[in-house]
Amino acid sequence: MTDFYNGEGNHPLDKTVPSSIAMKLRMLWRKSLNLVMLSVTAACALVTVSVLVFILGYLVWHGGSSLSWNFFTKLPAPVGETGGGLANAIVGSAKLLLIASLIGIPIGLMGGVYLAEFGGRTFPFMVRYATDLLNGVPSIIIGIFAYTVVVVPMHHFSTLAGGCALGIIMIPIAVRSTEEFLRAVPRGMREAAMALGASKWRTVLTVVVPAAFQGILTGLMLDIARVAGETAPLLFTAFSNRYWSPGWNQPIASLPVMIYTYAISPYDEWHEQAWAAGLVLMGLVLLANIGARLVLSRRASFSRS
Amino acid sequence: MSGATTAIGRVLPPSRARRFIRRLTSGDEIAHLITLTFGASILLITGLLVLELWVQSSLARHQFGWKFFATSVWDPVFGNFGALPFIYGTLVTSFLALLIAVPLGLGAAIFLAELAPRNISDALAFLIDLLAAVPSVIYGLLGIFVVVPIMRTTIGPALKSSLGFLPFFQGPNYGVGFLTAGVVLAIMVIPFVISVSREVLLTVPRDQREAAVALGATRWEATWKVVVPFARAGILGSVFLAMARALGETMAVTMVIGNDPKISASLFAPGYTIASVIANEFSEATGDLYIHSLVLLGLVLFLLTFILNGIARIFIVATAQRGGAHE
Amino acid sequence: MTRKAVTVGLSLVLVLSLMLISLPSAQATDPVLINAAGATFPYPIYSKWFDDFHKANPGVQINYASVGSGAGIGQLQAGTVDFGASDMPMTDEQLAQAKVKVLHFPTVLGAAVVTYNLPGVSTELKFTQKALAGIYLGTITRWNDPAIAKANPGVSLPNADIVVVHRSDGSGTTFIWTDFLGKASSDWASKVGAKSSVNWPVGLGGKGNEGVSGLVKQTPNSIGYVELIYAVQNKMSYGWVQNAAGKFIKADLASVSAAAAGAAKTMPDDFRVSITNAPGATAYPISSFTWLLIPVQIQNAAKRDAIKLFLNWMVTSGQGSVEALSYAQLPKAVQAKELKAISLVH
Repeated sequence: MTDFYNGEGNHPLDKTVPSSIAMKLRMLWRKSLNLVMLSVTAACALVTVSVLVFILGYLVWHGGSSLSWNFFTKLPAPVGETGGGLANAIVGSAKLLLIASLIGIPIGLMGGVYLAEFGGRTFPFMVRYATDLLNGVPSIIIGIFAYTVVVVPMHHFSTLAGGCALGIIMIPIAVRSTEEFLRAVPRGMREAAMALGASKWRTVLTVVVPAAFQGILTGLMLDIARVAGETAPLLFTAFSNRYWSPGWNQPIASLPVMIYTYAISPYDEWHEQAWAAGLVLMGLVLLANIGARLVLSRRASFSRS
Repeated sequence: MSGATTAIGRVLPPSRARRFIRRLTSGDEIAHLITLTFGASILLITGLLVLELWVQSSLARHQFGWKFFATSVWDPVFGNFGALPFIYGTLVTSFLALLIAVPLGLGAAIFLAELAPRNISDALAFLIDLLAAVPSVIYGLLGIFVVVPIMRTTIGPALKSSLGFLPFFQGPNYGVGFLTAGVVLAIMVIPFVISVSREVLLTVPRDQREAAVALGATRWEATWKVVVPFARAGILGSVFLAMARALGETMAVTMVIGNDPKISASLFAPGYTIASVIANEFSEATGDLYIHSLVLLGLVLFLLTFILNGIARIFIVATAQRGGAHE
Repeated sequence: MTRKAVTVGLSLVLVLSLMLISLPSAQATDPVLINAAGATFPYPIYSKWFDDFHKANPGVQINYASVGSGAGIGQLQAGTVDFGASDMPMTDEQLAQAKVKVLHFPTVLGAAVVTYNLPGVSTELKFTQKALAGIYLGTITRWNDPAIAKANPGVSLPNADIVVVHRSDGSGTTFIWTDFLGKASSDWASKVGAKSSVNWPVGLGGKGNEGVSGLVKQTPNSIGYVELIYAVQNKMSYGWVQNAAGKFIKADLASVSAAAAGAAKTMPDDFRVSITNAPGATAYPISSFTWLLIPVQIQNAAKRDAIKLFLNWMVTSGQGSVEALSYAQLPKAVQAKELKAISLVH
């Protein structure tokens, strides 16, 4: 019997195996390549993460110094004058997100329920295909669509048009995350409810959806955070506004569009406001992502207990 | 189970009408109908989108036909429109972005999937997903004030002095241009490459790795020669996904590409992409032909992303199936 | 417990946001909201005017979007704004094809200046007409080219590439600039022409006067054409330009008014006129009127009255605030003629 304990046997990296110089060199090459490439991959990951850290840090540094009470409460000042703010853009973004949610959430939620719970073979396939297709459409194309379907018949830019564009962008992600979390609910729960005599819709409404509720909610939160940053579709639907925009039929200012307008201008105080707005926007996105993460991890630990 | 409605049951010979009414009022059918309507609305919106793109570009299609893709003139005043500079700009910036993002992203994905302990891997993956959540306009903001000066003062001259003999790095270095746009795009698509590749690598069955190590492979060799080729299709899928994403990027590119509809070999030169020209000129397009030409460009972009996304999905599904088959 | 907290939290957020959103609209007593879009050339004075006019007449709110003359005309014709603004008067062809018939109302006199970013050069440069045409044609590529150096003896110009910046959008300022270059150089007139949007031989594109000045400010060794106030407000250098009489003139109130002096006497009834390369020893060659494009027929009575009120205010009291922003007032003869023309809007 080969005495493995004492070093006999044919372990590939066994140094006691008689080897030529060439084999020794080859072994050295393989080992050093191993070390180098593994450190390279670690470096790649480090570079990527440090880019993120840099972005966040730069935003906080530059944007933080420009945040002021004026920024949150004042309307934009005439060109070249100081003391203006982006209060109307902050409220504008909120109004746009409200309309977007009113369109995107019901369709997304119900669509997700349909795909996960009901339906046969062909129609769900078509719906899923359309959802994936919509997901891949660049946001500016959706802006063109909203322009031809809402702005042109109405003959003016409006909050409604901007909200429609954002809502359409919201739909695919809402559908996908709803379906995913509904499917994750164990079959046992559904079958138990049905065994107790509940009809399908009752099961879905009172058992399945509540069980998946936290996941669906986080998905929707992330969805809203994602469309909050969309600029391109708003350029020719919501347009822009220097004043408050009452109602839903007027052009409206929004944070991303103002960031764009101010960033390409030469005025330094406009640049500062762009950084501050960028920080506010990024803060919202961060909040949604971290919140989603927390809720999901809590849910995971809860279901494990 | 025809006839009985409850476990206690009333054994009544069911008539078709009665069964139908029972199904209708049972709430299930209504619920099915309601959710189906919402699902159908998604189909409707998507169909309408494609229809509008087709109809609103009809003038340009009839006027120019296939010549649209071969003309490099973009003259709104005389009504002469050609897509070539924009297609060129879109492809060049996306290709550059992939050139930078794919090696970097694949390396990071390998690290996260193979080497890092699970909790570090999850934490880093979360941070990288945050990168994907940063809005495009903020990338543009950073592009203008951080990347452009760096490209102009540091990286540009360095590339010029070392690789200036290549036609790619000749010509004046403005700071804005194809190269800068490519770099900014690379930062934007890297999270997609990493997250999809990482997931795909994680689905590769353990026995593949273990078999490789058992045969004497080093960690790196096991990864590079066994695991990665196994997940090859999925990784390729992530590349197509990243490309589709890069093609449609609007704001960040518009802010750093220089807005000049010209084709040039030099990467330092300014250019224009399809998404940028639509963003810049759509609200000022007078005359139906102008608008229709812009919509036609949008249709082209839509088709490009549609094809790429389709290919990506096929590849990613293929790897998932392959991994599953080995269970 | 968590679900309850989440639901309560969400409903609170929803209620708060609804309150927040409806608040401004609750304040407003339904002012007349007018949307306008157009030229970036006069945007600094327009934004000040609309602000001052709103303070004087709180019942009227004019929301002006600075998107370029091309977009202004486009939006007006599409019917998505109530009036437009342009530094390039609409051509006869455009007017004939227009769905919405418009009247031109000149507002101020402005100047397109040659702004540049040359770190290390503190003297103000002088540019001949041929030099400017050559730079924008791409035949003059370096700052120390003899064509530029000859007009600036004693100034050490760097041996660097000239980064040319132009407009990427349809622009009245571009029209003013290319009109001037076309008169300055027959090469330019034949190869490129004078329009609001041209096939630029070289250069980077910036969006709006804002974008061009932003690019020039950030890019060393660059040159661009912007309205005077953009260069002044951002403390950017701008050069002296050679006029038709051969003199080098700096853009200011006096030289711009001198350029308009001749045109004031022969102003046509529709106010469409070009004053680039005007004759006169003291005239600044790249001056121009800029116009508001008002539809002849405005259906909404409240909007019509508000717009006419603004036009009246603009020609009379509004002119008092233009010089602070480096624009020149309209000649008195033009002001009088315009007041009469306002009644044509019905």
